[in-house]
Formats: sequence, C-alpha cells, structure tokens
Amino acid sequence: MNLVPVSSPQAPRKFDLAIVGAGPAGMAAALTAREFGLSVLVVDENPAPGGQVFRAGELAGADPALARDMAPGLELIARFRALDISYRPGTTLWMLEPDTGALSLARQGETMDVTAERILLATGAQERPVPMPGWTLPGVMSAGAAQIALKTAGIVPSGKVVLAGQGPLMWLLANQLIRAGVMPVLVETRTQPILRTALEQGGIFSGFEQLAKGIGLILRARQAGMRVISGARHLRAEGSARVQALRFEGGVEPCDTLLLHEGVIPSTHISMAIGLEHGWDARQLCWRPKLDVFGASSHARIAVAGDGAVIGGWQAAVAAGQLAGLDAAMRLGRLSLDDRDFRAEASADALLQARALRPFLDALYAPSQEILAPPEESTIICRCEEVTAGSLRWAAAIGATGPNQAKAYLRCGMGPCQGRLCGPTVAAIIAETRAMSVEEVGHFRPRAPYKPITVQELAGAHQRAGGVS
Amino acid sequence: MTGRRFDAMVIGGGLVGSAIAWGLRREGLSVALLDEGDAAYRASRGNFGLVWVQSKGLGAPWYQRWTRQSAESWAELANDLAKQTGQSLGLAQTGGMHLCLSDQEMKDRQARMEQMKREAGNYGFDYRMLDAREAREMLPGLGPAVVGASFTPYDGHVSPLALLRSLHHSFTALGGVYLPNVKITGIATAPRNFLLNTNLGTIQAERAVLAAGLGNAALAQHFGLKAPVRPQRGQVLVTERARAALPMPTTTIRQTGEGSIMLGDSAEEVGFDTRQSQPVMAEIAHRAALSFPWIGKLNVVRAWSALRVMSPDGLPIYDQSETLPGAFTANCHSGVTLAAAHGKLLAPMIARGALDPFLAPFSAGRF
Amino acid sequence: MFRTRPDHRPETVQVFVEGRSLMVPEGSSAAAAILIAGLPAMRETPVTGSPRLAWCMMGICFDCLAEIDGVANRQACMVPVAAGMRIARQHGAREVRR
Repeated sequence: MNLVPVSSPQAPRKFDLAIVGAGPAGMAAALTAREFGLSVLVVDENPAPGGQVFRAGELAGADPALARDMAPGLELIARFRALDISYRPGTTLWMLEPDTGALSLARQGETMDVTAERILLATGAQERPVPMPGWTLPGVMSAGAAQIALKTAGIVPSGKVVLAGQGPLMWLLANQLIRAGVMPVLVETRTQPILRTALEQGGIFSGFEQLAKGIGLILRARQAGMRVISGARHLRAEGSARVQALRFEGGVEPCDTLLLHEGVIPSTHISMAIGLEHGWDARQLCWRPKLDVFGASSHARIAVAGDGAVIGGWQAAVAAGQLAGLDAAMRLGRLSLDDRDFRAEASADALLQARALRPFLDALYAPSQEILAPPEESTIICRCEEVTAGSLRWAAAIGATGPNQAKAYLRCGMGPCQGRLCGPTVAAIIAETRAMSVEEVGHFRPRAPYKPITVQELAGAHQRAGGVS
Repeated sequence: MTGRRFDAMVIGGGLVGSAIAWGLRREGLSVALLDEGDAAYRASRGNFGLVWVQSKGLGAPWYQRWTRQSAESWAELANDLAKQTGQSLGLAQTGGMHLCLSDQEMKDRQARMEQMKREAGNYGFDYRMLDAREAREMLPGLGPAVVGASFTPYDGHVSPLALLRSLHHSFTALGGVYLPNVKITGIATAPRNFLLNTNLGTIQAERAVLAAGLGNAALAQHFGLKAPVRPQRGQVLVTERARAALPMPTTTIRQTGEGSIMLGDSAEEVGFDTRQSQPVMAEIAHRAALSFPWIGKLNVVRAWSALRVMSPDGLPIYDQSETLPGAFTANCHSGVTLAAAHGKLLAPMIARGALDPFLAPFSAGRF
Repeated sequence: MFRTRPDHRPETVQVFVEGRSLMVPEGSSAAAAILIAGLPAMRETPVTGSPRLAWCMMGICFDCLAEIDGVANRQACMVPVAAGMRIARQHGAREVRR
C-alpha cells in the first residue's frame, strides 16, 4: 500500500487507471487491474475502504449488530488493503477533465492534480429524496444516515424511533437496530402487492438466495416484535423545533427520531458534470449513464461501475468492477480482446445473477407519485435554498420547462449540495405541472467543483501550474 | 395553437429578448416571446450581474452614452418590475471600482478613464482614481497587492436571475405570450409580415425582433439582416453565502444580495464550448484572493462557464432590415446593464417602427 | 439524539462539542459527535434561520454544515473525529473576518 501524502513531491502524478470510489465496484476494479499490472490510483471521500454498504467495515465488523452483514465485505477490504496501489482515502475529486484525463483532488486543505489513461467512476448510490411536510425538522433523517451512524460510530437513536417508507434497506436497518437494542416502529408506504408483483416480474428463482435473505429479514423483525403499519399514505413529519410525530392518513406515531427511505438511485453528479450520455430508467425512475457491458461510457476514457451505473447491490457492483478492470487492461494493451471476453464470462454471469431480483424489487418498491412530486405546496424541495413545491409549480407554470430554468428562477439547486438532493424532485414537479415526461424535462447540469473547495485551494492549482503569484 | 397572429414576435427569451418583449407589451402591442428549452446556451443564466458603465465604450462615445442612459433608467426598471411581480431585483447602484494591481495598471487605467471623460463631452463622466488607502477605506479587506483603483458613481449590480424571472413573470402578467421549447421549422417573410412554422403551430407578426443571441448569426439572413456574432467563453466562480462584507462591486468581484461572492470572469475564444477549464478557474481564484485575501478562505460552491455573444468590435448590434422592414436585430453581451435601455428606450422605437438615428452607429453595416 | 454502545464501540476519542468535552468512539464523524452530544441543531440555514440536523450522513445533503477547528461550513459527516477536535454549530451564513 502506497501512502505518500497527497502533496508529497514523490507522489506519482500519472496512472494507468484512476478509480473514484473505494466501494465494492472500485475495490473489485482495482484488484482486477492490478492482476494485469496497471498502475492504479483509488480516491475515496471516506476515511476507509468499503463504500456505504461496508462502510467502516474494519471498525464495525465485530459489532454484533452488523457483523453478519459486514462479513462478506471484510475479505474484499483486506484484499484491497494488500494491493500495491496509490490509495487516497479522505480525498475529494472536485474536478475531472475527461479529454485530458486530469483529476483535481483535495485532501485536508491541499489540492493536487493527477492524470490517468483511464478513469472509472465508482461513486455508488444515494438515497432517493423523501420530501414531505416537516422533513427538514431536526430528528428526521434518511434511513441510510442512521445506518451510517451505526456503522461508523456504533451509535443508535435514543427514544422512540419510527422508520417510514419502503425498500429492502428498511428491513435490513430494522434488523440491525433491533440487534443493537432499539425497537423501531415501521410505517410502510409500499402500495404494490408482493405475490402478484413477484409473479409479474419473475426473477424469484434465479434470485432465490437474495429473496430468501429478504424474507428472513422481514420474518426476524416481526418475530422480534416490531410493529408494522402497512399501506401508509400522506405522510408528514410534525413537531416545532424537532420532530415529535409522524402523521399519516388514519394514524399518528409519536417519535424522537424519524428515519425515511424510498429506495436508492445512482449518484450521477460527476458523470453528468463531465457530460456523459445518460438515459432515463423508467423502471428505477432515475437517470443513469449509458454504458456497454464493461461499463464503458460515451466518453472514450471514462467507465462507470457499481450502483452509480445502475442500482444492483454490492454483488452486482463487484462483478461490474471486475468487468471494468478487465476492459481497462484490454484498452491499455495488457490483455487481448479475446482474453478480456474469456475472462469476463464469470463476472458477467455473476452480474446477471446478482441483478435477477431487481425487476421484482423495483416494481415492488416503486415510490408513489406523492413522494416523487409532493402535492402540498409548502413542502420544502430544495433543502439548501428552501424552495417549496408551490414555488416550483409556479415557476413551471410561468415557463420553466426544465430544472435549469427553474434553478435560474428560484435558486433551487444553487446551494452547497448543488442539486444532488432536490434534482429528482424538481424535475418530477415540473413534469407533473407541464404534463411532460421526466425524461423530456431533463436534469440539472452539475458543474465543478463537485464539492466545495476554498478559493485559496483553487488558487493553489494556479500556482502549481506556474502562474504568477 | 395554430395560426396565431401578433403585433410583434421576439425570437429569444434571454435577457435581451425578454426586456424588449416586456417593453413592447408595455407599448400596448400583442407580443409573442419565443424561447428555447431548458438546455439552451442562455448567456443570461451565466451573467455576472453588473450594471456597469466605467469600462464601456472606450473610443465609441455612442456606446458609452447608451450604457449611461441604461444605467440611469435602471432604478425605474427595477421599480416597475418589483411593482408588478413583488420581487426585488436587489439593484444596488453604489458606484463601483476597478482594482489595479500594479503602478502600470494604475497609469493605464487613469489614461483610459481620462479618455472616457473626454469622449463623454458635455454629457460628463465623473471618475476618481483612488490610492490604496482611499480604496481600502471604501472597500475594507483589500489586499496589499492592490495599489489603487478607479471609481465611478454610475456603477452597480443586480441579480441577473431575478431580472430574467421578473421579466418573464411581468411580461406574462401584462398579457404577453411566452412560448418556451419552440423549434422553428420554417420561415416566410414579407415586409411587415413574418410567419414562422414551429412545433407549436404557425406564428405570424408584423414585427420580428431577433434576440436569439448566438442564434442570430444564422437567423439574421432570413430577415435581410446580418449579425456576425461569435461565442466568447466566460467562467465565473461563486462562493458560499457570507455575511455582508463588500459594500460595492468591483469589475470582477461582487457580493450578491443573498451573500454569495461572485468571482469573475474569463474571456476565452474557444468556440461553442461550454466546458469549464481548471487552469482558468484557478486563475480567477488566484486574482480574487490577491484582491481580497479573506475571500481565499471561502468555499466555492458553484462555478460555471457560459458563452458571451460578441460582435467583431464587442459593441452591440441594433438594426432594422432594409429589405424587410419590421424585422429588427438586437445583440449584445451586456444583457443586464442594457436591460433598461432595451425595455424602456429600444422597445418603443421598435413599436414605432423606426430606430432613432443615434443608434445608427450600432448597425451591423459597420462590419 | 443518539446514544453510544460502549460495549461494542468504546468511547476513546475526546472532542469538544460547543465547548463541552465529550468522548466518542473511533470512526465517528464530527456529525456523529454532534448527534451523540444531543445538540438540538447543527446549523441554522442562511435563508430563513431554520434549525437543521444531518439528513444523509454521507456527504450528499450539506445539512450537517458545522464549524470544525475554527473553519466554518464544513461537512461534518465527512470529517472523522480526531483527539481535541473542536466542533461548533454553524449559525446561518458564514462570518467573514477581514
């Protein structure tokens, strides 16, 4: 493991393959690329490898609340740690220029430029926004946030905990909280029937292992005594300075912490910023980059793998990372096309297997329109600039036909999150108001810096380039 | 919507087109404002937001005069729009500075300001050269690299996005017809009779105002006009919101009403390329931190690049077609500064059917 | 409000949240430390001054902005705690020290 400080003069500046993200896809790609002798740089915002699914695995692996879920990742992390690569944790990619292969990095106030022949974005997923009245109140968090808190710090919400929404993560988190000594209440928003959806979507045989695991999570939570309220609609978080209750049609659940979740979508901030072609995924209701089977994108230098490419879970991400690693080796002349294809078969099979259950899960947990485009006018959509659903409908009505014009009118997406969180909702509300499809409405055009850096850090890049100071 | 007729159609819904359409509507004309979709180049969305006089029109007194007239009408424009829409534009005509980072820059600047004054003639041009101490008193936090500045009281700034929104809002509220996502598929022209086939049906009008920015270059020939404009890329950085710290704007740095500090701006001849460039962003950041060292600590939360609409000499183009009267062009790269002139002075001329003679030097016939 | 589980993740790192000493587990982020400390909010928004705590904890939402070791507006969920770290609430827009 090469741990030269970012700014060190002997730190290498040129790589065969730069991987953005040290989750399952990024780690698997690095492992494969090293088999063929590529020089590899892995930059990751988190302090340790694992991505969100195996976040802080080395610290949390022995925690009985998490051990069984972390176990599959620990071996991958250990193999990744043993690699002879440049691994830069705690490092932010704030700009990427695909044509030159230049990556601009920042770590603890220092910036650095490196270049790579090939670049793999393995930036993973983010939770779909869950806008509803009151969702900005302190004490309302995403379910993933509580899970990250448990993984990184071993902490759990104190007091009454309500989980609200739907998706496999809800049941996983419920089990983890129960094991950690917290008994939540689950208010489920699922509208699709399980059995009929399964019969319609198929995949339950090839995806049997995952299905059995999912059913196990549901059964164990119920056996442990977790109360489940099904088919909840019209959710709203209530409270004055802090969340005090979740109200829904026909009921109210007092709570100290409210954890919301409506599934995950690819994190496309960087892939969109660099102008890769994206397509609308009508099944997963999200944008995703257009890729070939090896993850190669519309730009000759860039590939995307893992949940940042298409939501498929960590096993699919590992397989996709391997495929991207093989493709990088082939493109850099370390592997013939035939050998790449031969080697790819096992990973391609694993990818299919890992994705078998997705159509069922996507259909079962399809978010309702009231989550995608909240009807209540006062609901905050852009949390940074505090832009409401009502003002977005107004903007759409007077002529904003897409998110970028709405942003110009209302400042939605102009805060520090740069529209990461509100983007899907802004587009959905415009689509609904103007009777267009979300695909026609389009998406924000993100720009560098992808994460805030200081003016001084940015100016540092000028001095490095030999500018006059 | 098939076969709608209007007194005027304005092609281009950016700041130039919107201001003219708004002004035409206020003259009582029925007006259609035709706009592109969400992904348009839309220089208006990349505007820096200065209402700026002191650098405009060196060697072209008619442009200096036009800019001054606009700046003088700006408060009225902001008032009219705020009354209609209830939204403040954040206009602040505080005066502004151009910072000089060397004695040579200071000397050059002084010569430039003196020439502006000379060319202003009876119209007058008040400017002051400030030494470092004076400049620092007026703009606390200036860095040691700043040796002085020029100041004029005419300068100021405004939210360009609030302006765009208010023009669209007010235009619609006045009964104007705003048509986004228009795709023109055919053009038929006769004097004072223009017909467009579009994806929304046919649109016919007695007057056609071409305000499509870079799009004018291709559009103009169909109307017996010419608009030799080219793109010039400009990049801008925006910091997080900070508490009020800058009492007035400089040529390249201003604090918005929301508290963000905008850092501009580059001028790059790269064609139709709206990508960002890291070295240019770094250069902008470097200069900003030299001017105000405390800005160095602020986070850049947004940045963009956009395309200015530049004519060969950098000055606006205003014309009425000789072969097809009723067709007008309007092109400029100062959609904010000139918004008041466009809405309050130019639009009434177009409504009357003739540009005032003092706009003759802006004809594309000069190229 | 969150609580630690010291049997599984011992509290070994001393930080100061709003000046108050607090022991937190290794691996905690500054945002986690604020949750453990039980602050009613991490920041007030610069737009309306409404109180916020973290929403995503993974660097997406920027609702956990805090002042860390004297530097304003940092994403607290992305900053791992270190011994002696000083974590304070972010009150609205950033203050500028000229």
